[in-house]
Amino acid sequence: MKTIIAEHLIKTYDKGAVRALDDLSLDVTEGTVLSVLGPNGAGKTTTVRILATLLKPDSGNAQVAGIDVIKHPDKVRELIGLSGQYAAVDETLTGWDNLVMFGRLYHLGKQQSINRANELLERFSLTESARRPIKTYSGGMRRRLDLAASLIVQPKVLFLDEPTTGLDPRGRMEMWGVIEELVKGGVTLLLTTQYLEEADQLADEIAVIDRGIVIARGTSDLLKRQVGGERLEVTVENHQLAETTQIIEKISGQSAQIDAALRKISAPVSTGSTALIEALRALDEVGIHPLDIGLKRPSLDDVFLSLTGHVAEEAVAEPVKKKRRAKK
Amino acid sequence: MKYVLSDSFVITKRQILQLARIPELLIFSTIQPVMFVLLFRFVFGGSISTDQPGGYVQLLMPGIFVQTVAFTLAATASGLAEDMKKGLIDRFRSLPISRGALVIGRTFGDALLNILVLVVMAIAGVAVGWRPTSGFMRISLGFLFLFAFGYALSWIGIYVGLVVQDARVVQNVGFLVTFPMTFLSNAFAPTTGMPKALQYVAEWNPVSSMVAACRQLFGLKNKFGATATSWPSQHPLATSLLYMIVLMAIFVPLSIRKYANTSS
Ligand SMILES: Nc1ncnc2c1ncn2[C@@H]1O[C@H](COP(=O)(O)OP(=O)(O)OP(=O)(O)O)[C@@H](O)[C@H]1O
Ligand SMILES: [Mg+2]
Repeated sequence: MKTIIAEHLIKTYDKGAVRALDDLSLDVTEGTVLSVLGPNGAGKTTTVRILATLLKPDSGNAQVAGIDVIKHPDKVRELIGLSGQYAAVDETLTGWDNLVMFGRLYHLGKQQSINRANELLERFSLTESARRPIKTYSGGMRRRLDLAASLIVQPKVLFLDEPTTGLDPRGRMEMWGVIEELVKGGVTLLLTTQYLEEADQLADEIAVIDRGIVIARGTSDLLKRQVGGERLEVTVENHQLAETTQIIEKISGQSAQIDAALRKISAPVSTGSTALIEALRALDEVGIHPLDIGLKRPSLDDVFLSLTGHVAEEAVAEPVKKKRRAKK
Repeated sequence: MKYVLSDSFVITKRQILQLARIPELLIFSTIQPVMFVLLFRFVFGGSISTDQPGGYVQLLMPGIFVQTVAFTLAATASGLAEDMKKGLIDRFRSLPISRGALVIGRTFGDALLNILVLVVMAIAGVAVGWRPTSGFMRISLGFLFLFAFGYALSWIGIYVGLVVQDARVVQNVGFLVTFPMTFLSNAFAPTTGMPKALQYVAEWNPVSSMVAACRQLFGLKNKFGATATSWPSQHPLATSLLYMIVLMAIFVPLSIRKYANTSS
């Protein structure tokens, strides 16, 4: 059964000048995780806000758990949890104050709200800072508290808009752990992200969006295959380029790409770390000690490049980056 | 719908908690009116001559009371705009809470704050020589009027906050509205000193009717100049009441609808 359905959503801003969503359709099967992957301005937040009843589309339909979000927003609100892109908690109040308040607004009794707040603070390792104003929280703590606030009534459907943007690697890992637990609990999750790695880690299925439309859909493996999978990348001294290329091509079985300016050679491989070890041995035998060598998994940029033929919107504003990409 | 009040109270409680967490906010919102009392009493009090028994301060205090509750408009508006900015409104709107609870709750919170401010100002007034003579019932009624006026204005504030959505701009809009309103009135000086045309503006100004109503309720004779025979001058209580009812009738539904359709 499909728990979340969006059909032909169109949303424009500034009297049609900005097409935030341009005929976007997606769906999420009950109990699974869909990751909406896209660069800045792709329309992720707009999609989430429409599904979470905060925004009305210009046209199109959306349903959550079989309920029309446009016609019956009140009913939908009883079923969903939302953690927006920017932590939406009251900064001057403490973490505890916030959770109790949200409990009351979900119409839990007083004692029940307090118990639930304590439970969630414990679960998100925030008990120690529960009595401090949110203002004093770190980015990661804020994010966790925000997530906790969206879980007060154990929603069946959860929307998380870029839950790890701005977190350090440790914060990100922690958040992933928390999200994985939730998914085990059977929640249907729609999660947006800018990181392929994150979608990879958490999602059953990925929808890549760009300029307000879904441009590719499938499992992470499928998408990666579309992009071309892993590549072996080696950087060596100038005079070693030719010899190295030969070795790498032999291991890869396919022709290599050479970036002379960066003295970098890269070729697709399918055997992962085995290929890396092979390459190191072979190079060592001929006395080449690479400056840098590694397996490069496709990034969101690569997915984009291969799916759309253009780099992610953000890059346009950064000409230096674009130039380098153009050379590849 | 049955949760409208209880949801609103949760929002009001939040505002009280905020004040408890930032006591400076509370202190400054009470210091400001007290400062006005002292400034007007001692800076202008000497230079404005009046034949009022008990002196200028008797006429002044109702004016300052009304001016202070009029600032509720800006306070409510900027408080709401602050919330809109932070995306917190998104969370509130994604909760299954009653339509309007968020804005109703805020008007309650600001009303509570007004009670406190009025009490503090009354004490300050008595300290500088204000002596209402009309007896407990009428004095209380006067304060009830002030309270109700502040409450009605905070609904305009809600609307302004929702429309403007930027706390700093809202502050300016608030002052832009309330300053001319309080000075183009009988609050601090008799309107007879104004050019004729302005006297008529002042006469229909809700602040004037409020001030006149309070003076009447506090036992003062109302002194009007050129407009003495006009309806608002003769019936300040009825006029004020009418203004409040009209304001609420317009801005309560308007603001609630606006809130339901606004996204931050
Ligand atoms: N209120 C608004 N007024 C005008 N344009 C808007 C508004 N909100 C969003 N947009 C535009 O709609 C497009 C999609 O925005 P959206 O916030 O959905 O992107 P996003 O994928 O969430 O981006 P990000 O990764 O930066 O959060 C962007 O071009 C954005 O500038
Ligand atoms: Mg976004």
